Amino acid sequence: MSEVPGELKYTKSHEWVRIEADGSVVVGITDHAQDQLGDMVYIEVPEAGTSFAAGDACAVVESVKAASDVYAPIAGEVTEGNDALADSPELVNQDPFGDGWLMKLNPGDSSELDGLMDAEAYQAFLESEEH
Amino acid sequence: MGRHTPLYDLHVRQGGKLVDFAGWDMPINYGSQVDEHHQVRRDVGMFDVSHMTVVDLHGDNTRAFLRKLLANNIDRLQAPGKALYSCMLNEQGGVIDDLITYYVREDCFRMVVNAATRDKDLDWIRRQAEPFGVEVQERDDLAMIAVQGPNAREHVLNLLPATLRDGAAELKPFFAALNGMQESGWFVARTGYTGEDGFEIVLPEADAPRLWQALFDNGVSPIGLGARDTLRLEAGMNLYGSDMTEETTPLESGLSWTLAWEPAERDFIGRAALEAQREAGVASKLVGLVLEGKGVIRNHQKVITEAGEGEVTSGSFSPTIGGSIALARIPAAAGDKVEIEIRGKRIPARVVKPPFVRHGEVRV
Repeated sequence: MSEVPGELKYTKSHEWVRIEADGSVVVGITDHAQDQLGDMVYIEVPEAGTSFAAGDACAVVESVKAASDVYAPIAGEVTEGNDALADSPELVNQDPFGDGWLMKLNPGDSSELDGLMDAEAYQAFLESEEH
Repeated sequence: MGRHTPLYDLHVRQGGKLVDFAGWDMPINYGSQVDEHHQVRRDVGMFDVSHMTVVDLHGDNTRAFLRKLLANNIDRLQAPGKALYSCMLNEQGGVIDDLITYYVREDCFRMVVNAATRDKDLDWIRRQAEPFGVEVQERDDLAMIAVQGPNAREHVLNLLPATLRDGAAELKPFFAALNGMQESGWFVARTGYTGEDGFEIVLPEADAPRLWQALFDNGVSPIGLGARDTLRLEAGMNLYGSDMTEETTPLESGLSWTLAWEPAERDFIGRAALEAQREAGVASKLVGLVLEGKGVIRNHQKVITEAGEGEVTSGSFSPTIGGSIALARIPAAAGDKVEIEIRGKRIPARVVKPPFVRHGEVRV
């Protein structure tokens, strides 16, 4: 069973979002997503200063099996990409909600966060996808 | 639900992640494809390849039939157990399948063909066999386990039936040992698809779970089909349907070495088309590529060369090399520096001669 931390927000394309005290957000892919994709071998994160609209492809995670786009959960400007992933893409497998984070964003419109799923809704979504 | 091999329950119990593979529910990995890949390169691992099809050919004219059917020359097989890798071509020289044929007796040869091409192969073989009066027997009562890696032999030998043990221990590469020459019994070949030493063991279905469990208890890890693919790519071995197809000839697929042109009077299926192509000049070649920039090469990506465009036929991450490698079909006149179009960017790559890795050593 995949881990779904209660304090995070989620998208249907399996990104997670953590809202920090200063209003910025951290984005990664979920435990379910990393498990489905398998061993990560190459990850491309955006540079600071890049802006995205909600739903834009903003990063690429490549497992041995396939390349997959990661989509911006909300609109915003990237303040930092996780450079550690360039040398250690396996962090996404080992710690998807921690050291395997992908990027930090300054939200363009914080109200977009309300449109994301909470842990309970995401858990139900995963179960519905399995059937 | 797909077809199940006799090892299905063991795959589930051992944590195999099952996927559809040519209509079979097969383990893609048991947790980590990369770890499984390293396990085979560094020590030993086992694969369930029971989805592959064993076909026994019987009859006095079997050798004459195989002279016609195969692009490689069956007359290279004179000793019992000796194996031959060959393509089976259509009249246009396109590859219907690649397969291994073993010499059992003068009136009995055994073939192992790909799972994905089973029906097409059997149909073609039966049609061609008819005029020769050769009986084509599909052995779906048999399972197949491949044990591969530098330490494979020592893990396997003591688990074989006593009557086979000495024979298997003495096998040269690309030879097989049979249990008292009984086709219904065990059959152990020193062949494989990983670039490592090891055995492919064909055995009755009922015996397969016991051998798998005994190998497991003897320290042999189960390996999924995911690692089988990265291992074979590192070994520079073609995959049917990707690196060779019915639309491409062995001359375009890096398989010229499998074509036996001599004796000139051996009229194998596809020969005339291949001779015409050789005469006219072969426009493309299958090469190895090593990515020099960042990213992972994937199938069907565009290869840009000085002599025109080509296409990746098998691309992946190479766990042993720690970078990306590929097989690609490019213009014959292309040089050794190319670029690959990966997600809209052109990334430089170097043309190399496969294998990329052989017996654990990086060769490129």
